[in-house]
Amino acid sequence: MDQYAIDKAPDAAAEWPDQIYSLLKTHNITQVALVPDAGHSRLIRRCLADNEMKVVTLTTEEEGIALLQGAWLGGAKGVLLMQSSGVGNCINMLSLSIMHRCPLPMLVTMRGDFGEFNPAQVPMGNATQTVLEAMGTLVHRADTPEDIAPTVNATIRLAFNTFRPTATLIGQRVLGAKTFGKD
Amino acid sequence: MLAASGKLDRRELTRALLADRGEMLVIAGLGAPAWDITAIGDCAENLPLWGGMGGAAMIGLGLALAQPKRKVLVITGDGEMLMGIGALATIAVQKPANLSIVVQDNEHYGETGMQETATRHGVDLVMMAKGAGIANTMFVTKPDEVLALHKAIHAGQGPFFAVAKIDATSKPLVLPPREGALLQARMREAVMGPAAHHQL
Repeated sequence: MDQYAIDKAPDAAAEWPDQIYSLLKTHNITQVALVPDAGHSRLIRRCLADNEMKVVTLTTEEEGIALLQGAWLGGAKGVLLMQSSGVGNCINMLSLSIMHRCPLPMLVTMRGDFGEFNPAQVPMGNATQTVLEAMGTLVHRADTPEDIAPTVNATIRLAFNTFRPTATLIGQRVLGAKTFGKD
Repeated sequence: MLAASGKLDRRELTRALLADRGEMLVIAGLGAPAWDITAIGDCAENLPLWGGMGGAAMIGLGLALAQPKRKVLVITGDGEMLMGIGALATIAVQKPANLSIVVQDNEHYGETGMQETATRHGVDLVMMAKGAGIANTMFVTKPDEVLALHKAIHAGQGPFFAVAKIDATSKPLVLPPREGALLQARMREAVMGPAAHHQL
């Protein structure tokens, strides 16, 4: 990780990114739509290295809602990875998932959340859960490393068993906030 | 196939593009393209959209990646394509050979009072697709070009992107079913058979 990168990646010893990857395999996820986030960087590398997964890097997160609608129409299961700021880009497109009853699991790494340094991240980070729920998404938070895998598992199961958008919000407390030594 | 304006009639164009479609799956952008494909014949292989403006091409991409052996056609309007224009970059990178996108370009927002879109002022969607890296493109204005457009859609050498300039006149409304769960389930069943509705 670039020492000057503004986002924090998971610690090398953290197990949860690999646990999420294992869950994607267990649930037969074959399309991984994403706008990158440092919090998902190791998971993204694992998905890119997997020939059974199509990793689709989006220009904006709402493309992922539509992509996974198409995937489901064709019998494929997908997941959308993004940062909390990207949730704001998805709102109207979530109409598709509600309208068609399309399973749509989203794994969101939080910014503007716990000890944020960047004021521009706070408005959307503060609103992330509220706006997802306003659009009919079932949201669960994971604020400790141990909570992430079971919560992601529940989020994926809830989406594909009950046909709706669901989300896990991975709290910034797990990743920590980068402060550039300016505490 | 020409309207009084000398431009292509949108519904006749749609009819020509969907002739002999075989098992091709069709996504239609909200508004007139959805009414057009429904007027030609509503069927399980059609997904006419009622919303999600800007998402039609990306739905086509997800479907094309999930079903690489089936042809997928997205028919949409210029306003809808402009709203999700970044999808051209996303699609160009993925290079799905079985995906075609045809923009029926009337240079107006037809459902909201015929306000002009950016294509009315010279924005060239074919150039934007080429710039994104979609090499296989067409720009169609005349009836004698439509056969070649039909061939290109069915050739399976995508991603393929075309703009057809069409007459702006609205056609009689032919509404598809409004129940989204039905629209989704019937296409899944057309693709996967009864297994579509059982546990994966």
